[in-house]
Amino acid sequence: MAIKTLIGLEIHVELSTDKKMFCNCRNQYGADVNTLVCPVCLGLPGALPVIDRQAVEYALRAGLAFDCRIADVIRMDRKNYFYPDLTKGYQISQSDHPLCSGGYLEIEPEAGPKRITLDRIHIEEDTGKQLHTEDGTSLLDFNRSGVPLVEIVTNPDMNSSEEAKLFLEKLRNTLKYIGISDVRMEEGSLRCDVNINVVDEEKGTKTSVTEVKNLNSFRSAVKAMDYEEARHMKLLNDGESNVKETRRWDEVAGETIIMRRKYTADDYRFANEADITPIPVDGEWIEDIRRSLPELPHAKKMRFMEEHGLSEYDAGVLTQSQELAHFFEETLAHVKDAKLLGNWMMGDVLRRLKDEDKDFDEMPISSKDLAELINLVKEDKINNNTGKKVLREMFETGKAPEDIVKEKGLIQISDEGELEKIVMETLDVNPQSIEDFKNGKDRAIGFLVGQIMKATKGKANPQLVNKLLMEKIKER
Amino acid sequence: MDITSLKGWEMKERLLGKEISSREILSAHLDMIDRKEKDLNAFITLDREGAIEAARKVDAKLQRGEDLGALAGIPVALKDNILTKNLRTTCGSRMLENFNPPYDATVVRKIREADGVILGKTNMDEFAMGGSTETSYFGNTRNPRDLSRVPGGSSGGSAAAVAGHETPLALGSDTGGSVRQPASFCGIVGMKPTYGLVSRYGVVPMSNSLDQIGVFGRDVKDAHMMLTSVSGYDPLDATSSKKAGRDISLAGVDSLKGLRVALPEEYRNLRITGDEKIQERFRETVKVFEDAGAIIDYVSLPSLEYSLETYYIIMSSEVSTNLSRFDGVRFGYRTENYETLDELYTNSRTEAFGEETKRRIMLGTYSLSAGYQTENYKKALRVRTLIKQDYERAFRDHDVILSLTAPMLPFELDSMVNSPVDMYKADLYTVPVNLAGLCAISVPMGDVEGLPVGLQITGPRFGDSTILKAGLGYERVVR
Repeated sequence: MAIKTLIGLEIHVELSTDKKMFCNCRNQYGADVNTLVCPVCLGLPGALPVIDRQAVEYALRAGLAFDCRIADVIRMDRKNYFYPDLTKGYQISQSDHPLCSGGYLEIEPEAGPKRITLDRIHIEEDTGKQLHTEDGTSLLDFNRSGVPLVEIVTNPDMNSSEEAKLFLEKLRNTLKYIGISDVRMEEGSLRCDVNINVVDEEKGTKTSVTEVKNLNSFRSAVKAMDYEEARHMKLLNDGESNVKETRRWDEVAGETIIMRRKYTADDYRFANEADITPIPVDGEWIEDIRRSLPELPHAKKMRFMEEHGLSEYDAGVLTQSQELAHFFEETLAHVKDAKLLGNWMMGDVLRRLKDEDKDFDEMPISSKDLAELINLVKEDKINNNTGKKVLREMFETGKAPEDIVKEKGLIQISDEGELEKIVMETLDVNPQSIEDFKNGKDRAIGFLVGQIMKATKGKANPQLVNKLLMEKIKER
Repeated sequence: MDITSLKGWEMKERLLGKEISSREILSAHLDMIDRKEKDLNAFITLDREGAIEAARKVDAKLQRGEDLGALAGIPVALKDNILTKNLRTTCGSRMLENFNPPYDATVVRKIREADGVILGKTNMDEFAMGGSTETSYFGNTRNPRDLSRVPGGSSGGSAAAVAGHETPLALGSDTGGSVRQPASFCGIVGMKPTYGLVSRYGVVPMSNSLDQIGVFGRDVKDAHMMLTSVSGYDPLDATSSKKAGRDISLAGVDSLKGLRVALPEEYRNLRITGDEKIQERFRETVKVFEDAGAIIDYVSLPSLEYSLETYYIIMSSEVSTNLSRFDGVRFGYRTENYETLDELYTNSRTEAFGEETKRRIMLGTYSLSAGYQTENYKKALRVRTLIKQDYERAFRDHDVILSLTAPMLPFELDSMVNSPVDMYKADLYTVPVNLAGLCAISVPMGDVEGLPVGLQITGPRFGDSTILKAGLGYERVVR
């Protein structure tokens, strides 16, 4: 089909610096209202901004991680508009000279890797927050006023909500890797607006771009994009022309609602922020920041494949977050079997966390304990199924695997004499099964193994049971 | 002895010699204020209690034999756009009629630390916009030399207070001549230091790339004492400079001999040359410099021709954004007449801003608007660079540039209020200095028709010491 969806994203990321961007107030989420304020972030007359070096360095980390061109000089501008949560009547931002321009992020949809290019990354300050009360009055909290932000603007390179979602996940992951933001959408430290339209490349027709706001999670972003894609397709098919507009996603209604039509571009009357003199960005500073960057997701994944012999898929999953990758390598130092450890991590561990809707940084089991558990299995001290039971117990109680195994007497029976006795007894009471086996019914073996496991409360070494059973049954 | 006729530095000498006390100095000035304020209206707010307390502290320190600061016991008046903690700061506007700042400006902190005695806050054109102090919400200030005339502006209250002996020292702010022009009109010394020499933290901005705190005194030595008490790098002001030149010394100057003086040719050919008698006085003054051994030379600064237009575009653009925070939401005046948010904004600003302020906000909003910004604001920024370069060239082989401070004598009250463009044009000698971030001082060069006129001595960036010394040299020759 010649109709193509074009999606571009504008992402605001709050930087997790110690201080606000232009004053010495602490940068912290969730404090009592209006306790983290001073003349500067309240925009009192006469107060002046002084730019925080850490905020600039955090933004430069992002620029380097995404391969952007870095500006030679940092220039700040004033973006003028009136709004109650904006203390000065202008936001200190960047207009013609963003700190970073260009750059890209690679996503991996099923069709193969794809580069999503960035238009720019610039730095700016956050605004305060309006709190609307039930009686219709509005209150203002300026704790967030002056918190540093980067705005990341992509080109319209994404052609489906799926690609946009992959991009957002990769972006969040990378931002977390480089340690510049908490990237929590629910706390507003990552906020995303979507620009979307559709084009018919054969006919050369297209719809006007719609900007969608109020997206509180990746899930609602995807739903909103799907909704808008369908709406734009219909507009295009019906041959209706639409104007540029801004719409708001209504999570409850599952639809977008028009906020305003944009007949003309917004005029923010950008002017130089003369209170902040231009700051040169020298090569040495950039190199220092580049050196301080951690191994990025893609490089880590390649290394996991090469060093640990993991498949591309496994390496991808295990490097999804820095914590997970770190945990894996820490555990591996004690287990020395990447494939085995990978299976445990990707199977039982991650599934369990996902079921409980937890991030990996909430993982309750230490790498040492997990390594111990896997070694118990590897050394045949407990069998695989018992291992899984012990893992569940570890999740629930936080106890060490050795303790659980001891307490519950779960050590695997690998004593040949002891097992032989149980095998003989089981064969004695199940002559019919011996008969069935000899008549070619292999299923009989399964039944007999089950009986033996039952008799040993699951502790029998399964390989040994199989071996002994085959030997003994043939003697009958 | 009339204490108020002494210079600030003379008061300090007598105080340290224990001839007079800080309380006596203060009382003399408060008496003068009581006698003259009904005519001058130089102050918007007086802080008698604060001043008495400060003077008492100085006397106590003196008695205990403790070290005293550079402004020990000397009264200082502050233009009312300089924030003083818990002392009303109005900017001459209804918008801030009841605004009590929660913090001190850096310069105020420095004055307190230097044991200065702050008398109060002086009248000014609203938000420093004007050249006559007539746009103030708090009434006109009159010129002490002739009460029917304006004191100049926008720092007219500070200039009148110093000229009227209500205080020996005062601070003003100078965005396009607002310290130098009132100094010229009132017959005192007024200096705009190099941009970045004095912290702007806590000074309500008008046009933040041009604004600079300036100083008033009745002679150069007083201006120097005031300046060195408040100058210096301030980590709270990113535009304040760490550069050298902080050592602003008057040492080692006795004459104008060898001073390399430049006269801009462009000023010879100006259409608005003002009063011919003022020009004549200027030529005589140049002759005084020459006779005293200065080397006089003409230079060309071609971009000066565009400085007024450049200034009015950049200044008004910055004004429009700097004054956005006065929206009735968090502080300052709020209308009672609103239903919607837009009405809250519009009516608060309509009711509380005066005409000149609104005029400049509208000019600036226009200059920054999409479609007009390229041919106005951005072009003006480029011309500004050319002006800077012209000056840099001129200062390569000259120490100072001499010119008039203002092309006119102090005019009658209310005579210019309906001629804003003529008022703007009168800034032609002063605004280029702000555009280029230079320093300049206005020193009295006698009277014309019984009214004072000022000589402007301009120096390169951080040439503050040079222009002060030139001013001092001139003072000595003509005394």
